[in-house]
Amino acid sequence: MSIWEYANPRKFMATSGALLPWVSTLAAILVAGGLIWGFFFTPDDFRQGSTVKIIYIHVPAAIMGSSVWFMMLVTSLIWLIRRHHVSALAAKAAAPIGMVFTLIGLITGAIWGQPMWGTWWEWDPRLTAFLILFLFYLGYMALWEAVENPDAAADLTSVLCLVGTVFAVISRYALLFWNQGLHQGASLSMDAEENVADVFAYPLWTCIIGFLLLFVALVLYRTRTEIRARRLRALVQRERMA
Amino acid sequence: MPDLGRYATEVLMAYAGTIVLLGMLIAASVWKARKVLRQLREAENRRDSST
Repeated sequence: MSIWEYANPRKFMATSGALLPWVSTLAAILVAGGLIWGFFFTPDDFRQGSTVKIIYIHVPAAIMGSSVWFMMLVTSLIWLIRRHHVSALAAKAAAPIGMVFTLIGLITGAIWGQPMWGTWWEWDPRLTAFLILFLFYLGYMALWEAVENPDAAADLTSVLCLVGTVFAVISRYALLFWNQGLHQGASLSMDAEENVADVFAYPLWTCIIGFLLLFVALVLYRTRTEIRARRLRALVQRERMA
Repeated sequence: MPDLGRYATEVLMAYAGTIVLLGMLIAASVWKARKVLRQLREAENRRDSST
């Protein structure tokens, strides 16, 4: 069996249809469970007070904001190199999800930053790159809508995705490139001294896995819609030609 | 409800905003999926009835 079998829309629809109920249920349990655990059953931080509870949404959303773009990069490259329609449609389906995660990261970061940093916003390298990534998501989605020919739209958006990857990388690794700015380092680390305490880390990991599964469920669901929309366009074109 | 102290507004705003945005994303995805599926079935029915 090869992964390229899933480039066949029929195979993709059959497999995703079987997976979706399981992934959606698991995502709902982990997101709801992680957020309830973090909100109701974790203590306040001795410096941040109750604002520490914002990490259970901010960190997973920010991680997914840039990760979704990397997924779009892979599927865009598959489209450019192998011309598999399902991969281009998966990238199109993923963009609004990534945009919403990025927006949640920006909003919750600003809400946390106001009491902790004394400002809603700072032109820090990481924050600025994340804002530009959000604008790239909007541009990517607009480009799909603006170009009538779906193959041409897939080509152009794939190139835009390659360019936007620079900002996805910077938004995640800015602290390694420039040792400046307000944004702190990673909350989760293999180094026990840098890592957040277990009482915060366990619900945080639950939320991160939950957000990841929520993305998988939504991207499968939305890709199925895009495949159906493509088939619908083909049928309507055939009707017009008949 | 836990005691959120002086940061209650910020924490509740962050959670409420997230729930609203995720809810809108899921609702928009379901709405579009249903619309496309309905239109596809109509188009397939038209094709089947014409052959």
